[in-house]
Amino acid sequence: MQNRRQAIQQSAVVASLLSACGWLPSTALAALNKAAFDAKTIQEAVKASGGGNISESKEVSLTAPDIAENGAVVPLGVSTTMSGVKHLLILVEKNPSVLVAVFSVTDAVDANFATRSKMGQSSDVYAVAIMNDGRALYAKKEVKVTLGGCGG
Amino acid sequence: MADPMRIRAQASGDKATVRVLMSHEMESGQRKDAAGKIVPAWFIQEVTASHNGKVVMTAEWGPAVSKNPYLQFNVKGAKAGDKVSIKWVDNRGDTRTDEATIS
Amino acid sequence: MFFHFCEVRMRQALISLALAMALGAVPALAEKTASQGIDEYRAMLQDGNPAELFEAKGEDLWKQKRGPKNASLEACDLGQGPGIIKGVFVSLPKFFADTGKVQDLESRLLTCMQTLQGFDAQAIAKTNFGRGEMANVTALATWIAAESKGMKFNLSQSHAQERVMYEVGKRLFYMRGGTHDFSCASCHGEEGKRIRLQDLPMLTKNPGDGVGFAAWPAYRVSNGQMWGMQQRLNDCYRQQRFPYPGFASDATVALGVYLGVNAQGAASIAPAIKR
Repeated sequence: MQNRRQAIQQSAVVASLLSACGWLPSTALAALNKAAFDAKTIQEAVKASGGGNISESKEVSLTAPDIAENGAVVPLGVSTTMSGVKHLLILVEKNPSVLVAVFSVTDAVDANFATRSKMGQSSDVYAVAIMNDGRALYAKKEVKVTLGGCGG
Repeated sequence: MADPMRIRAQASGDKATVRVLMSHEMESGQRKDAAGKIVPAWFIQEVTASHNGKVVMTAEWGPAVSKNPYLQFNVKGAKAGDKVSIKWVDNRGDTRTDEATIS
Repeated sequence: MFFHFCEVRMRQALISLALAMALGAVPALAEKTASQGIDEYRAMLQDGNPAELFEAKGEDLWKQKRGPKNASLEACDLGQGPGIIKGVFVSLPKFFADTGKVQDLESRLLTCMQTLQGFDAQAIAKTNFGRGEMANVTALATWIAAESKGMKFNLSQSHAQERVMYEVGKRLFYMRGGTHDFSCASCHGEEGKRIRLQDLPMLTKNPGDGVGFAAWPAYRVSNGQMWGMQQRLNDCYRQQRFPYPGFASDATVALGVYLGVNAQGAASIAPAIKR
């Protein structure tokens, strides 16, 4: 009986074969992207998600508060009006693992997603658009995180 | 089985804005319990959204997504009466699917 | 005694800068204050309050046949007759003839869970917050509060016991004790008080819509927990270094009467979302 690592490695191989046929089972996809979620720098995470060197772009938008009353829940939105976007990523530079979420864009949805992230401390937050041709374009903003204290 | 999601989907023009609240601990794996042991990571890893049965969005999440996660996105070509379905799978293999009708 | 030329110039420059900033001639160095930033953050969280997950659970629990008597709570009287939910939240605590006492929402839920469903109310009261049937009480309270969202508080003081409880609550509010000699009034007895970034409402009078008594139950993002008023009071006492009050005890109900009557006319925003 295989152990879990062998199973994942094997499924990664199968996945890459299957992806060539246009079908990727979701668990294998998760295994492939484990490297992205383990990455410790923005560029590493983007690279592991299939993107190239990041460059800033006014065509990518990041919606984030200037200051978060509590780091447990920070509302973050990522969007772009460009076409040809494959993935939209949300990353928090000073988190233990920088990658928060990867959204895969299809023609059926706007390239516009919002969620809420934990932030361990005040940090730059990045919205990265990975294009079909591999270009990685980003917008970033500093979000301050405070500990609100005992009240509320 | 995990508690149900709250899905609100509202049509506006030819799009629908979908807002989802999921019930999940989203344990990061960074916390320690009272005895000093790491509380194991337990979090939603994949989210899939479908519109009238067709997959329109997939997302991969790490443990940094907040507890009781919120998700918002817009589906194109959607109208009132259509069905939106959301499925999540977590790192333990647990899963939950809920459906809502676009209003 | 000897003023260095540079120091004088520096001081003059600083004074001019301070004057200019005060007069608005120089753009403020920070775009907005921390307080405005926090308000924006809170506004961003309003849509999609995880309290809704607890509301949904509470509604299910109300209708589900449960407990040793395998009955639902649909016959529970929360003050306006069996099964009436809308509007009850903003009229509690109040006097109930069947128990002969003034009760708040969570206390009344215990009554109904025991008499209708056969649960042991005392056992539930001793259960930790967030666990077992106690968590169910919180979910029920969240849903019932939601059904009065936006309505104005209108507690009755027509029954003698309701008036007594108001006076008891007032005295408890000002009662100092514990290792730090705190009272509720230490934090909530004056205008303009604050703990770090949390403004502390003055609760000896109506603090306005959606503030204080009008803001609980609430989902606390900092720990991802749903808190009813009972838990809020419990935690206040913890912060005051008092012994914990009993769940749904007369003391907590009395405080609820005091706060609720003071909030007369204020609109409820429960269930709210908080830090």
